[in-house]
Amino acid sequence: MLSCKEATELASQALDRKLGLGDRLGLRLHLLICSGCRAARDQFSFLRKSVAAYGAHLDGSSPASGRRKD
Amino acid sequence: MDTEEIQQAVVQLRPQLVRFARLQLRSDSLAEDVVQEALLAAVEGAARFSGAASLKTWVFSILRNKIIDEFRQQKRQPQNATTNVEDILDGLTEELFTQADHWIEMPATWGDPEAALEQKRFWLIFETCLDALPPTPARVFMMREFLGLETAEICKELAITSSNCWVLLHRARLSLRECLSQRWFVPEKGA
Repeated sequence: MLSCKEATELASQALDRKLGLGDRLGLRLHLLICSGCRAARDQFSFLRKSVAAYGAHLDGSSPASGRRKD
Repeated sequence: MDTEEIQQAVVQLRPQLVRFARLQLRSDSLAEDVVQEALLAAVEGAARFSGAASLKTWVFSILRNKIIDEFRQQKRQPQNATTNVEDILDGLTEELFTQADHWIEMPATWGDPEAALEQKRFWLIFETCLDALPPTPARVFMMREFLGLETAEICKELAITSSNCWVLLHRARLSLRECLSQRWFVPEKGA
């Protein structure tokens, strides 16, 4: 069973490379039983989303005021 | 737009460019320098701007390349060598994980984090948290997320192994989530 440190390592790496089957399964299993690591995994993804949104924020146009077409 | 209009529009992007560059290079003077170079390149190349991408996207892509060049040059200076990755990493994981590598304090969910993206103050905190990262994890995170490089390219640029690269990204992400948890996504206390 993965530790939380290992699970977050894999969750982070999943954003940077394709995990092998063993790692994917191990991570999935750990996430099923660990809400802390699930939260961390979601937050890692949110960080990527934030960086993408940061560019739009630099525009001075917040997504709220100038809703772009989706 | 004729060439002169493009040039004027380019120059107007300057404050945004400086802010973006400063966040990554962590130095006002370096940021001014690379933005200067990027503006010059954009102004000189204005006639070649095809209009296929937005002007802002085009200018930012020039700036990105200048920042990558700057990172490359810094790497060549021995005093800035990105070594001792292990030293950098020891600290944080001890703060977050027990000796058995389980959370000391379990992360809580952030509810609806997307809502934060629409708030001006969130971005100040976001920048503060990025600035608070130690230099090496910050650089790797910037290259990965802001400059969009693949880890293989980052490893090559910084002369580190891919496993060190992943460890540094993990560290950067853990630190950022910790910082945002403390400074923005504070668990509600009956408020």
